Amino acid sequence: MRRPRRSSPRTRMIMVILALVFGAGAVYGFAVGSAGAQKGTSVNPTPATPPTSDAQRQQIARGRTLFLDGCSSCHGNDARGKQNIAPTLVGAGSAAADFYLTTGRMPLSNPTDQPTRAQPAYDRQDIDALDAYVGSLGQGPSIPKVDVAMGNIKNGLASFTLHCAGCHQVGGAGGIVTGAIAPPLNESDITPTQVAEAIRVGPFLMPNFNANQLSDQDINDIARYVRSTVHPDDAGGWGIGHIGPIPEGMIAWFLAIASLLLIARLIGEREPR
Amino acid sequence: MKSRSPRGELVVVGSLLAAGACAVAFVLLYIFDSHNTQLLGLSLGLALVFLAVASVVAGRKVVDQRKGVEERPVLVQEDVEKEVAERAVALREGVSRRKLIVGAGALAGAGVGVAAIAPLASLGPGNVSETLKASPWKKGVPLVDDNDKLLSVDQFEVGSWTTAFPQHADKRALGSAIVVVQILESEVLKNPQWAPRGIMAYSKVCTHAGCAISLFRYPTYEPTSQPPALVCPCHYSTFDVRKSAEVVFGPAGRPLPQLPLAIDANNNLVAAGNYDGNIGPAWWGVRKGT
Amino acid sequence: MSLLKRRREVSDEEAATDAVRFVDERLGIAPLIRAGMNYLFPDNWTFLFGEIALYAFIVLLITGTYLAFFFDPSTATTTYTGGYAPLHGVQMSEAYNSTLGIAFDVPAGLVIRQTHHWAALVFVVAMVVHLMRVFFTGAFRKPRDANWLIGVTLVTLGIVEGFAGYSLPDDLLSGMGLAIAYGVVLSIPFVGGQLALLIWDGNFPGSSAFVDRLFIVHVFIVPLIILGLIGVHLAIIMRQKHSQFPGPGRTERNVVGTPLWPAYTFRALGMLLATAAVLFLLGGLVQINPVWQYGPYEPWLGTNGAQPDWYMGWLIGALRLMPGFDFTIGDATIAGNPFFGGILFPGVVFTVLYLWPSIERRITKDKRRHDLLDRPRDKPWRTAFGSAFFTWIFTIFVAGAADRILVDVGFPYEGQVIFFRILALVLPVVVFIAVYFVCRELKRSEARPLRHWYGTVVRRADDGSYEEIPVEIDPDGGNGNGTRPTKEEKVGGE
Repeated sequence: MRRPRRSSPRTRMIMVILALVFGAGAVYGFAVGSAGAQKGTSVNPTPATPPTSDAQRQQIARGRTLFLDGCSSCHGNDARGKQNIAPTLVGAGSAAADFYLTTGRMPLSNPTDQPTRAQPAYDRQDIDALDAYVGSLGQGPSIPKVDVAMGNIKNGLASFTLHCAGCHQVGGAGGIVTGAIAPPLNESDITPTQVAEAIRVGPFLMPNFNANQLSDQDINDIARYVRSTVHPDDAGGWGIGHIGPIPEGMIAWFLAIASLLLIARLIGEREPR
Repeated sequence: MKSRSPRGELVVVGSLLAAGACAVAFVLLYIFDSHNTQLLGLSLGLALVFLAVASVVAGRKVVDQRKGVEERPVLVQEDVEKEVAERAVALREGVSRRKLIVGAGALAGAGVGVAAIAPLASLGPGNVSETLKASPWKKGVPLVDDNDKLLSVDQFEVGSWTTAFPQHADKRALGSAIVVVQILESEVLKNPQWAPRGIMAYSKVCTHAGCAISLFRYPTYEPTSQPPALVCPCHYSTFDVRKSAEVVFGPAGRPLPQLPLAIDANNNLVAAGNYDGNIGPAWWGVRKGT
Repeated sequence: MSLLKRRREVSDEEAATDAVRFVDERLGIAPLIRAGMNYLFPDNWTFLFGEIALYAFIVLLITGTYLAFFFDPSTATTTYTGGYAPLHGVQMSEAYNSTLGIAFDVPAGLVIRQTHHWAALVFVVAMVVHLMRVFFTGAFRKPRDANWLIGVTLVTLGIVEGFAGYSLPDDLLSGMGLAIAYGVVLSIPFVGGQLALLIWDGNFPGSSAFVDRLFIVHVFIVPLIILGLIGVHLAIIMRQKHSQFPGPGRTERNVVGTPLWPAYTFRALGMLLATAAVLFLLGGLVQINPVWQYGPYEPWLGTNGAQPDWYMGWLIGALRLMPGFDFTIGDATIAGNPFFGGILFPGVVFTVLYLWPSIERRITKDKRRHDLLDRPRDKPWRTAFGSAFFTWIFTIFVAGAADRILVDVGFPYEGQVIFFRILALVLPVVVFIAVYFVCRELKRSEARPLRHWYGTVVRRADDGSYEEIPVEIDPDGGNGNGTRPTKEEKVGGE
């Protein structure tokens, strides 16, 4: 029987490299596969900055209690999501929590429904607590500060047209994408903070924009423009819905020609008498 | 003279006076408040309404309402038609080389016809294929945004998108505008070599009828929604960005041409070549699927 | 002063004679004027629809001339400094700039602009309503088949003219429409490439010459053709005299109507004024095409919910419903996808319209001249076909227009496409059958008012007593199809 040969240095090197590669791949696969891709953040979210005060800790603890009560059935007790039901909230950031909760999009009764705007299910204090809790789970977008007064409406229109109008319609009247509705933005209960959060977070099927692409000033501009769409300049009269040629055509048929046909009936004769 | 309709006459008078008043109001508004579109339209419209009332009441009540009866014109007059036809054909008499003349006339007519249309070509294109396939992209051309700033990879994260152009090119050229999106590198199922870090670029001109692709759908959680896609707002052609913008819904017949990307030493995005297909809607010079 | 005095001394007749003499001495047209005054108009109210279109066109001409004084058909870039603050400092074409100028800076500019656009919509609506009246009453039959061809051409031109007009301002919405038009032209087999580059003078969005050309087409070429065709259209009507519905005293050989002077003049004038009134009221009160809210067009920009004006809506529906393929043979592209919805579909529709008088002549073998009209029920198969045909077009129109409403009530867009494809094929058939039977029933119940009557007939028997017999009147005099079952004798041949 021959003595077992010791592996050569080169073979050992190859095996170490392979182990590292497979190990990294496994970690990668685990992070991605556990509850689907996490948009916006990198695949392995960095941990959030830890709380610095007792008040903060208490708020996070309270948020966790609320979370377990109202959110964990879909998002899991550890907030890492449940396969085919809901995504992980690790790395989602307080901005995401704040957006979904203040617009009433969460809690969502049916996981396959599109989250749509509704009355918020929690009051402001509870939302703050939930925001803090979600924010504590991992590094993610924090609630943005928006100053609408600093916004430039002309730049806002230009940015909005380029990045947003394709889904939300140039006047913010909302629209359709295959698989979802892009909600209207020309409504008075939409706050500038929600606009900013949506831009950073990219809720549901919406894309997201980081600060290098759309700076805080860009967001001020867009928020200012969005707010202006609630009361657009209708110099021409009745705005008939601000969605363009379809209501215009309906007026032409059901108002204009209908009244002209009535008038024709008054002018002309009926059946030959 | 007995009045046919005394009340009608009163209505006519009243309407005419009202019309006059509205017309005066229009003129005053024009002078003092000429941007008040609503009142201008209202005053002019009402003036016309009252005039219309006056006219209709006049026509239906005030003036003579008697009808008439008359014969319809006879359109066919056989003897005249026969005479016209014979005289037209009488051209032949005393003319011997009829066929030759007609043939020469036909040639002249064809020639003059072409000569009349020929100047239209001045409106026309030079080399069709070259023009329609023109693209300002080639290897190494840097990407810029709509403010001509170089596009850095830092501006992207998974799920983001933007519009870009070739540096120093005419933005309006159809081949210029591209959409740049970033998806997870692991999601790139086709042509991963063109999508560094999952950042990929496609022509922004829809291959259906030429609208700008202005929707990007990226799921927060794909299992309960939809995969990433670029969508056109006009007829909702949907292009799956995981598979090089393959058409998954809608009337487009070809995928969006992809622009290969590379990242340069300064972390900025540059083109790694030209598009992999024809930009924009299909025409006869486009090979199937390209 | 002396003029006024003279007028009081001269009678109305003398003054009128003087006026007519003045004209006649120079033109010799007194007989013409007399014929005109005596001209009879059968004036059923449905005969006014064509006039509504004509008057809308007059409003278009007047308001359009005004707009042409201020619009600048140029793609040269400028920076906006006009009356609409949110766009201050934005780079835009002179075309868009001058349109904003009309809306915000030219006095009464916006009301004239909006009236012009409303008039364009109403012009095409009125023509379509008029076309339907002519179709369903059989007014296109000889000798009016020539005029029918002119009419269908006018509808086509009206649609083209409207599209050209609202594409002039170079705003986001109409720019997208032009891009689609470019795609449609490109898709034409064999010549699409050349034709598109010829029309746009190069690749889309075209050279600076393109807006100039569009302007000349819209302001000069097409209006001239429309005016000419309207002139011929009216001249033919006058030569042939208007058709009329059957009724007391009306035959195929006569015209019963209202003389042009005085009654019809005032009625027609009333219709003109009413049309203008509706258009100006809309122009001031209801906003249309607010291009300042859309922003200027660039080929890399798009908005959701982009729609053409209503008369092109049938085309966007067709473009959306077509399955996704370019027609290729081997590797070569023969016709791009937009060809089917954008060229073939309207081509079929207009071909059917143009050929309809010939088709009907061939089917009915009726080559006679007709001056008395049908009521729709009198020709069930024509009414049914027309209803089905327009239903087909309308269904496709709804497919293109209703996406938003349907998605809002939970009907996803992908499902809508399948639904409307099926509906566009099935609904016309259903409508054809339904309308055919309704017309036939109406016709028959008029001819025999007692058909399907059932009840009790009281008869006196020979012995003096009365007997009651339940009875049903057979609709077809003995054949008994589809009647209610009855045990007793039938009274036939009513």
